[in-house]
Amino acid sequence: MARFNYLEPHSLDEALRMLADGGDGVRLVAGSTDFLIRWRTGFWRPDAVVCMQHVPGLDAISFNDADGLSLGAMATVQAIEQHDVIRQRYPALAAGATAFAGVQVRNLATIGGNACNASPAGDTLPALLAYDAQCRIVGPAGERWLPLTEFFQGPGRTALQPGEILTELRLPPPPPRTGGLYIKHSPRGAMDISAIGAAAVVSLADDGACRRVSIALGAVAPVPMRANAAEGRLIGQQPTAANIAEAARIAAQSTNPISDVRSGAGYRRDMVQVLTQRTLQHAVATAAGGPAPFGELRRLALQTAI
Amino acid sequence: MKQPLQLQINGESRQMLVEPFYSLLDCLRDEAQLTGAKKGCDEGDCGACTVLMDGQPVTSCLVLAHSAHHADITTIEGLASVAALSPVQRAFVEHGGLQCGFCIPGLIMSATGFLQSNPNPTEEDVRFAIGGNLCRCTGYARVVEAIMAAAAEMRAAQ
Ligand SMILES: Cc1cc2nc3c(=O)[nH]c(=O)nc-3n(C[C@H](O)[C@H](O)[C@H](O)COP(=O)(O)OP(=O)(O)OC[C@H]3O[C@@H](n4cnc5c(N)ncnc54)[C@H](O)[C@@H]3O)c2cc1C
Repeated sequence: MARFNYLEPHSLDEALRMLADGGDGVRLVAGSTDFLIRWRTGFWRPDAVVCMQHVPGLDAISFNDADGLSLGAMATVQAIEQHDVIRQRYPALAAGATAFAGVQVRNLATIGGNACNASPAGDTLPALLAYDAQCRIVGPAGERWLPLTEFFQGPGRTALQPGEILTELRLPPPPPRTGGLYIKHSPRGAMDISAIGAAAVVSLADDGACRRVSIALGAVAPVPMRANAAEGRLIGQQPTAANIAEAARIAAQSTNPISDVRSGAGYRRDMVQVLTQRTLQHAVATAAGGPAPFGELRRLALQTAI
Repeated sequence: MKQPLQLQINGESRQMLVEPFYSLLDCLRDEAQLTGAKKGCDEGDCGACTVLMDGQPVTSCLVLAHSAHHADITTIEGLASVAALSPVQRAFVEHGGLQCGFCIPGLIMSATGFLQSNPNPTEEDVRFAIGGNLCRCTGYARVVEAIMAAAAEMRAAQ
């Protein structure tokens, strides 16, 4: 078994220094849920890890009407799932968090780790994309902001440069009359990886037409993706059953799925249409009256194949 | 090289020398000699290694031991007093919520952590809370029954 040393920074500056000094030999770890698995299988073999667990302040979650939601990169998936404002204002994200693994993993896994691991199937990622998340990245050259859509570069690959740390995800405040949902579709109801994930967020105008639409999909392309053409089909239109069905059909066409142990490519594409339609319908239905009670959201968020 | 690690385990402060790459599970089993938490899959899937870290259930195979330093850890060994089982442990015995027993320390730790945050759950809540614990014997029905009974008993004792 490969060994590694343990480094523990107590400030962001110290962490940046440790990453710079260690170069290729060190790996940052957050909740370590992906890291320890990949280390045990020999896929990652660092000389040392830089553990972010004791850098203060990186797990903060806050919301205000001007700036929206700020998620510290070290916020756990469980903290997000339990957060009342997120359940109220960002229900698709609460759905992604509740459909994620089991509580023991959610208590460890961080939102930043989910983004940086860049799995096409990451369960929080479609909702983050759908709410237009921006990434705050800090590195040797200072700080920069990047839209999450530009963050993912391929399976397991991100726009992070060597020595950079994702410190925060910022989600703008959703306009009034906005609804949303994420559905994770997987063979098992717990502890499974998504075969397909779909998120939709819809904001309605006063006349009932769709003012803003975002559709984001997981596990159907090399990276979690926005379905821009499908969104465009609905924006400015009334959310009729026919318009929603047409947008869902366009969303399915825009995917580029693979066949693997969880699904065939054809099944994935067909299910994108079904799940996009369901998430859009739910988003529209809850846009005016506010999100479904959490128990119902939890039931909707996890839809199994068996 | 082993490094010093301080953990609060089952109410006792423990100083240990632990390898930097050890998981919390390895640390508990090999250094603290607490073998109640089980190494089932070592991949976070089975939940047999569940312990409470600062009151929250975690799969200890996914925690870097040193990242937990100064944390408050409760293992299955910390639940029973000399005189009596904990309410959750007692309910598992009384309702036959176990067969081979391998997964039970993890299930009981998940249930214990869960009932602390949700003392009045529905059966659906219970099933959701133990979604990260695999049991290949019981079929879960009696496990769920036991946790519901423990919840009722703990509420009555309040
Ligand atoms: C049993 C099990 C079940 C799982 N179930 C699910 C599931 O249902 N849905 C799902 O989406 N995922 C699931 N996962 C995967 C994993 O839990 C998530 O991807 C998690 O969010 C990773 O976060 P972490 O904090 O544990 O990351 P770590 O393992 O600590 O890090 C992961 C990677 O990201 C990098 N990284 C982490 N944080 C930062 C940062 N702030 N800046 C720069 N780089 C960073 C690390 O260097 C590493 O390369 C599961 C994993 C396990 C073991």
